[in-house]
Amino acid sequence: MALNQLTAHEIVSLIKKKKVTAYEVMQDIFSQIDKVDNLTKAFLFVNREEALRQAKEIDTKVKNGEELPALAGVAVAIKDIIATKGIETTCGSKILKGFIPPYNATVINRLKESGAIIIGKTNMDEFAMGSSTENSAFGPTHNPWDLERVPGGSSGGSTAAVAADEAFIALGTDTGGSIRQPASLCGMVGLKPTYGRVSRYGLVAYASSLDQIGPITKNVTDCALVMKVISGHDNMDSTSVNLEVPDYLKSCQKGIGDLKIGVPKEYFIKGIDSEVKSALDRALKIFAKLGASIEEVSLPHTEYSLPAYYLIATAEASSNLARYDGVQYGYRTEEYEDLASMYQKTRSEGFGSEVKRRIMLGTYALSSGYYDAYYLKAQKVRTLIKEDFDKAFSKYDILITPTSPTPAFKLNEKVSDPLTMYLSDIYTIPINLAGIPAISLNCGYSANNLPIGLQIIGKHFSEETILRAAFNFEENNDLEKKRPSIKPAKHMEAAK
Amino acid sequence: MTEKIITKKEVEYVAKLAKLEFNEEEKEEFTSQLNSILDYFKKLNELDTEKVEPTAYVISMPTLLNNDEVKPSLLQKEVLHNSKYIKKDYFKVPKIM
Repeated sequence: MALNQLTAHEIVSLIKKKKVTAYEVMQDIFSQIDKVDNLTKAFLFVNREEALRQAKEIDTKVKNGEELPALAGVAVAIKDIIATKGIETTCGSKILKGFIPPYNATVINRLKESGAIIIGKTNMDEFAMGSSTENSAFGPTHNPWDLERVPGGSSGGSTAAVAADEAFIALGTDTGGSIRQPASLCGMVGLKPTYGRVSRYGLVAYASSLDQIGPITKNVTDCALVMKVISGHDNMDSTSVNLEVPDYLKSCQKGIGDLKIGVPKEYFIKGIDSEVKSALDRALKIFAKLGASIEEVSLPHTEYSLPAYYLIATAEASSNLARYDGVQYGYRTEEYEDLASMYQKTRSEGFGSEVKRRIMLGTYALSSGYYDAYYLKAQKVRTLIKEDFDKAFSKYDILITPTSPTPAFKLNEKVSDPLTMYLSDIYTIPINLAGIPAISLNCGYSANNLPIGLQIIGKHFSEETILRAAFNFEENNDLEKKRPSIKPAKHMEAAK
Repeated sequence: MTEKIITKKEVEYVAKLAKLEFNEEEKEEFTSQLNSILDYFKKLNELDTEKVEPTAYVISMPTLLNNDEVKPSLLQKEVLHNSKYIKKDYFKVPKIM
């Protein structure tokens, strides 16, 4: 097995034991990128020279007998919406083409301090608006399990990179499911932390009351490892919460015989794919076998989540994206008469159609005469959705649902119908509205070999519990773990 | 869908507020798409929310404030680095008045 196929914690341990050098590991990573990234198109930018230089630094430390940090030599891919000093950060948008951040996001500094090596920036739906990575100004990313299908989105590049062994771990961002839905569609582990658990400093804002940064990894152990590194209070983000960061890896070691699991019945009605449903049923039997108690629970306002989310998220987005005016950074139109026309032309040429659609929707919802009917109404419904979860968590420790109603869909299948595309996030959106944490991990495969994910939801700041439940499931899941083939379809090959 | 929630004229008005411009074809498309999205959103009206408080932020923690101390910030050179339109130490924009 090539080194790039291992997990982050295996790599750290091999480097520490001097079985391999960080440089060898990095060479395997880049040879995989050279081999498959023309098929997956996961990366927008690859940081090769700098990454190899940093790998050599780790090896020098090993040689000198220095103690190595938690993620020493681990190749990490970063969603292109997180600021990386000196490395172009585009958010998948033409309007930020060429933008070089003058500072690092807090999560980047924390990863670097822990010895992780940033190997590149990954593709995404423009400004994280989308569920398929087809809304990137730089072309779509392809699912490594079936290159004719989408990897999910908006963190599709990050997830495809990890699934295709082009990186050990990645950072994504999740506003309505953008870490968990692609993790589900690519068979990876993805965690959306509690709102406030991870600093958002240096994360380009989409919807500030919903956005969180989180890890995408090959297994739960790696997820726990990365969560320990990136969590915690940051003076640069006033919404980051000052709570101690637990040892997530240690919490995973306990069993789950004490856990009370609720299964929300509203997540299993119309529209759910039958293979997703049977994979979930099978998974729940494993949780029961491990001693957890399982009962049906009701979250009665579930069906109102989607409209509430799209009103709140687009309203916040219309305000956050007002900063792209062509003055201080990014794209500026070539021809204009005055300041107003410069703004208009710059924005109209620089933004893609989904971003414009959401800015329009949000501007409309906030405009005079409509504010109460749309934005305020949505915020009130948000309260009801949050109360549903509060009530469920007074009785249950965790909730288990599917992550996505279907396995990966085909490229172009949903682009022409925005509402159908929005519905692919129906199981992940309520979690962001409530600000609670949730993890997605693989629980099976469809008949045509596409991964299916389950979602474990916890109360505020209960990452320890959802990671423990996920870890125990992963250890006891008796399905053989598959790997993506990354093979072009026959007719694609013929077209080459 | 029977009634129009948002007209083409309103789409033009909202576009102006959002500092966006569209050609005729785009205006038609946005009007139709926004109408079907807003029609779906009418679902929220099924709920009586008269006595419900709105939620803006979900975590009820005290707002953390930093001490009022002067700390180093970005150099002017770094701030100006990302624009092609610089004159002396300023961003250059078209005439306003």
